[in-house]
Amino acid sequence: MYKLRILKDKIMSIIMQSLTGFALLLMFIIGGGLLYKAWPILSQNGLFNMLTSETWRPFKGQFGFLSYIMGTIWIAVIGISIAFPLCLLTGVYLSEYASNRIRSVVVPLIDLLAGVPPVVYGVWGVLTIVPFIGDTLAPHFVEYSSGYSVLAGGIVLSIMTFPLIISILREVFAAIPNELRDASLSLGATKWQTTKLVVIRKALPGIIAAVVLAISRALGETIAVLMVCGNIAAIPHSIFDSCYPLPALIANNYGEMLSVPMYESALMLAAFILFIIIVVFNAVSRLTLARLERRFKL
Amino acid sequence: MMLATAIIVSCLFSILYTIISKGIKGMNWDMVSRVPEGGFYIGKEGGILNAIIGSIYVAGGATLLSLLISIPIVLYINVYLNKDSKLVAFTRTSFDILFGVPSIVYGAFGFTLMVMLGLKTSLLAGIIVVTLLIIPIMVRTMDEVALLVPRELRDAVYSLGATRWETAKVIMRQVAPGILTAILLSFGRAIGDAACPLFTAGYTDSIPTSLSQPTATLPLAIFFQLSSPVEEVQTRAYAAALILTIIILTINVVIRIINKKLSKHKI
Repeated sequence: MYKLRILKDKIMSIIMQSLTGFALLLMFIIGGGLLYKAWPILSQNGLFNMLTSETWRPFKGQFGFLSYIMGTIWIAVIGISIAFPLCLLTGVYLSEYASNRIRSVVVPLIDLLAGVPPVVYGVWGVLTIVPFIGDTLAPHFVEYSSGYSVLAGGIVLSIMTFPLIISILREVFAAIPNELRDASLSLGATKWQTTKLVVIRKALPGIIAAVVLAISRALGETIAVLMVCGNIAAIPHSIFDSCYPLPALIANNYGEMLSVPMYESALMLAAFILFIIIVVFNAVSRLTLARLERRFKL
Repeated sequence: MMLATAIIVSCLFSILYTIISKGIKGMNWDMVSRVPEGGFYIGKEGGILNAIIGSIYVAGGATLLSLLISIPIVLYINVYLNKDSKLVAFTRTSFDILFGVPSIVYGAFGFTLMVMLGLKTSLLAGIIVVTLLIIPIMVRTMDEVALLVPRELRDAVYSLGATRWETAKVIMRQVAPGILTAILLSFGRAIGDAACPLFTAGYTDSIPTSLSQPTATLPLAIFFQLSSPVEEVQTRAYAAALILTIIILTINVVIRIINKKLSKHKI
């Protein structure tokens, strides 16, 4: 009896250990698998060459990622510059100013935004944002725009990142000790001065981390952006131009990959680049957040 | 500040309004009770039963599979390992990072994996890749709950002479409500994801009868129908989007109710 219990404990321990080990390795397996597939094109064309070239002619063996990379960056930049001010204000409002009642109504609604599937955002973007830009907004600025544009992608993306940024900001603000606020208020500072000079300043690393996380989300978002950004492989020159982000490139060509060997390799390279960027961004911001939390716990 | 908050909240209502007002027109019993008949893209009869069933197969299978993998991991880092161990912190961070990896990357990786293993696009491949996608969500959700279990409980069990595995079973009982939330959260994420099944599960007009057949999923049905030039088919896409939204919202409300019930008994 005694031995059986110990044995059971040992066996379960080994099973759990190996599962945890497997899960930890997963990150390296994914990275390794993608790199392995991308290797043929890397060794043949050279990474720097492909990142800086604009010509995308798969059948002639020319794979220039520049216009896709620029498309991704444009959309991410616009998405974040719309989302960040709105989220910062909302985050401050919810954690410093709002009454409990308002908070208990608004927070679940924002959480609900997080649950909406990307494809529904895409449908909404096609139905609402694209016609709005094409018919109402764009004619004031440019001669013609179909509405399927960088701006549409950015707007849809910014809404998708709202819940993520706000939830992190609320956590960060909650981690700031109340003593700091009390000290500032007792010196005669107003609520806004306290918020601006004490809370936000103390929370700055956390705020930056939230933005970095949101950017990494923005870089990887696929279906919703693909549906509204037009998918024309050229470097966009204004926010009303169409663009073609990297994830959309991967998603749109999944069927044809196998017929041209280098094509598949190039798409895997695109996935690998995305993967590396996002892992680095995530790691940096997660570590910053963890450090911030530990500092204020003491 | 209130204005910013109002803008953000109004986005949600704008989305719901658009989806409901557009989708309601295409909604009828055929949508949810029939599979598409030949030439669906050019506006023939039929519904999206194949996609609804397919989505439930993929999301359900993946949730089940990832549950089998996640529970031991959560127990391991919470019971077997020391609280301050470096490995625990590393595990949590690495799951947080995996959580941020976009589904398109999982999809591409899944495709690579399938080619290596010689699998075709199939229900099984879809389930495997979506499983990888939702393991981080599962682990982190259950982990949050497990962290709340008081240390004293563990000490009490140990002091009765229990082994670590027996302790784990006690902790398990405490984590059980968290498991339910984790299941619903992952199921919601799995059913709403489009990029993973795009590469791995394929698309078909019929309901799969075995693991090796390709299967359709709801997000892809919406995506493909929307790109059709026929207006009737587009209306169906809106209706499908409405169905998907209803499923997701229901899951969200259920999670909220469970959480409320749970926190009632908290000290």
